[in-house]
Amino acid sequence: MVMEPKKYENYKKLAARIRAHAVMMTNLRHSGHIGSSLSMADILVVLFERVLHLDPQNPNWSERDRFILSKGHASAGVYAVMAEKGFFPKSWLKTYYCDGGKLCGHISHHVPGVEFSTGSLGHGLPVGVGMALSAKYKRAKHRVFVLMSDGECNEGSTWEAIMFAAQHKLDNLVAIVDYNKIQALGKTSEIINLEPFARKVEDFGWAVKEINGHNFEQIEQALLKIPIENNKPSFFIAHTVKGKGISFLENTVASHYKCVPDEKLSDVYKELGVEYEKDI
Amino acid sequence: MRKTFNRNLLEIAKRNERIFLVVSDIGYGEIEPFAHTFPDRFFNVGVAEQNMTGIACGLALEGNIAITYSIANFPTLRCLEQIRNDVCYHNANVKIVIIGGGVAYGALGISHHSTEDLAIMRALPNMVVLSPCDCIEAKEATLAMIEHQGPVYYRCGYKGEPDIHSGPINFEIGRAIQICDGNDGTIIFTGTIGYNVLLAREILSQKGIKCRLISMHTIKPIDTEIILLCARETGAIITVEEHNLSGGLGGAISEVLADNCLSQVKFKRIAFPDIYVSEVGSQEWLREKYGMSPSGIAKTIEETIRGN
Repeated sequence: MVMEPKKYENYKKLAARIRAHAVMMTNLRHSGHIGSSLSMADILVVLFERVLHLDPQNPNWSERDRFILSKGHASAGVYAVMAEKGFFPKSWLKTYYCDGGKLCGHISHHVPGVEFSTGSLGHGLPVGVGMALSAKYKRAKHRVFVLMSDGECNEGSTWEAIMFAAQHKLDNLVAIVDYNKIQALGKTSEIINLEPFARKVEDFGWAVKEINGHNFEQIEQALLKIPIENNKPSFFIAHTVKGKGISFLENTVASHYKCVPDEKLSDVYKELGVEYEKDI
Repeated sequence: MRKTFNRNLLEIAKRNERIFLVVSDIGYGEIEPFAHTFPDRFFNVGVAEQNMTGIACGLALEGNIAITYSIANFPTLRCLEQIRNDVCYHNANVKIVIIGGGVAYGALGISHHSTEDLAIMRALPNMVVLSPCDCIEAKEATLAMIEHQGPVYYRCGYKGEPDIHSGPINFEIGRAIQICDGNDGTIIFTGTIGYNVLLAREILSQKGIKCRLISMHTIKPIDTEIILLCARETGAIITVEEHNLSGGLGGAISEVLADNCLSQVKFKRIAFPDIYVSEVGSQEWLREKYGMSPSGIAKTIEETIRGN
């Protein structure tokens, strides 16, 4: 029990580094979507530190868990955690969005360890369903995780996959929604209100659990108990804050478009508790 | 042809346990033998073509061969982005099979006509585009499609189309098949319209015009070699396809001729005009209406070759 707080302290430090990397990366060429990387950073930490069975030295290991970032525009956050875990050199992060760079603005399978390329929303869950079906057919033990945005729950293809996965009892499939409640042009509640979100997905035949997507203990306890229910796919609604960790970006639509400008970088690193060039 | 396809797929799937069939609630009376023989390799996703394609891609990325199956435009246009981003970008081993290419579902109307598919599918990197003309080609094309590693689009006929080939063929993706020889011009066709072309060639033959006849069963990669050879040896190329004028067989062949500075060759595309047909009618009736009956094809070819 004494170890627990220390573990979460380490999670907190890694989350700060991921956020700092994403700030640096999006600042490089003044690209967008920083708010989307910041809101899911704590979830990524728990996934990559504790939940996903992956081997950075052998990214195509057949028994690995499959992880699909369906909200592909938040690639900076995933690239950051993957570099921290050793899938590729950290130096690649400084080529994000750059001419001739290694990492493009939407996640790509050309990067070692990236399972699937996305960018247009609503693609990840159907593909994850196909992977989960194949695992069932082969009686393989690995799981399939799909990290989604709330906005892409507007897509019909997402709901097509939700219905199919329940029909086929895919309890090796896990969907996590980074529910930061802001999509491209405003609040989800004012554009396409997903509520009552949990009840909706439950009525579609999934086991659903709501968690605080910034509380490491809650995230970890939830994601270590998969499936939530046997014979049902698992759906985690992670309540998050868009732009989390950087006060002037939090809960803003603008954080979908603007990066941290040069003159604010040092203040932002200070707020995150990271001395960027020294720590990273 | 669809019966030939399904029968052959079933036979291949008995020998290859990596084959999955994913349908979107289409295939009554055709897919049941596969579904009953391989219940764990058959999925009906319901009326949901985007999900069908995404699931097939996920299956394929796990080392399987996934076939999507529906009629006309349904497994292509509704889910085009899934085909582009998921299947083609990842070079996934997904085979997209449509039943009823062209206007095979004639009187059902334009929602069920597949007349832009060849152009759209051949525009996608990594995609192979197959369009067999009869059951002999359909059988061989099914085998070749499964052997090929990567995305394939397979444009299947709908009913019992007559055979064009008179015996066994040597089918190879990207290698067209010469059916008859001739030196007055070359007719290159794709798909089941080929039978009307065969009859048209006989009409022309009786008038003393001897045409070479080529079945271009692969639209992509196109057989550049045979196109250039026929253009140089016969001086005229006429293409026939049950597809709109834009970007299909005729488009692909005109690109080859232009790229090789052969634009002086007599050239004519026989296809549907750049419209949505509003007339109601059967496949054969619509073909005739738009100049693709045997006599209609023969007339256009004669005019092209004689330079009228």
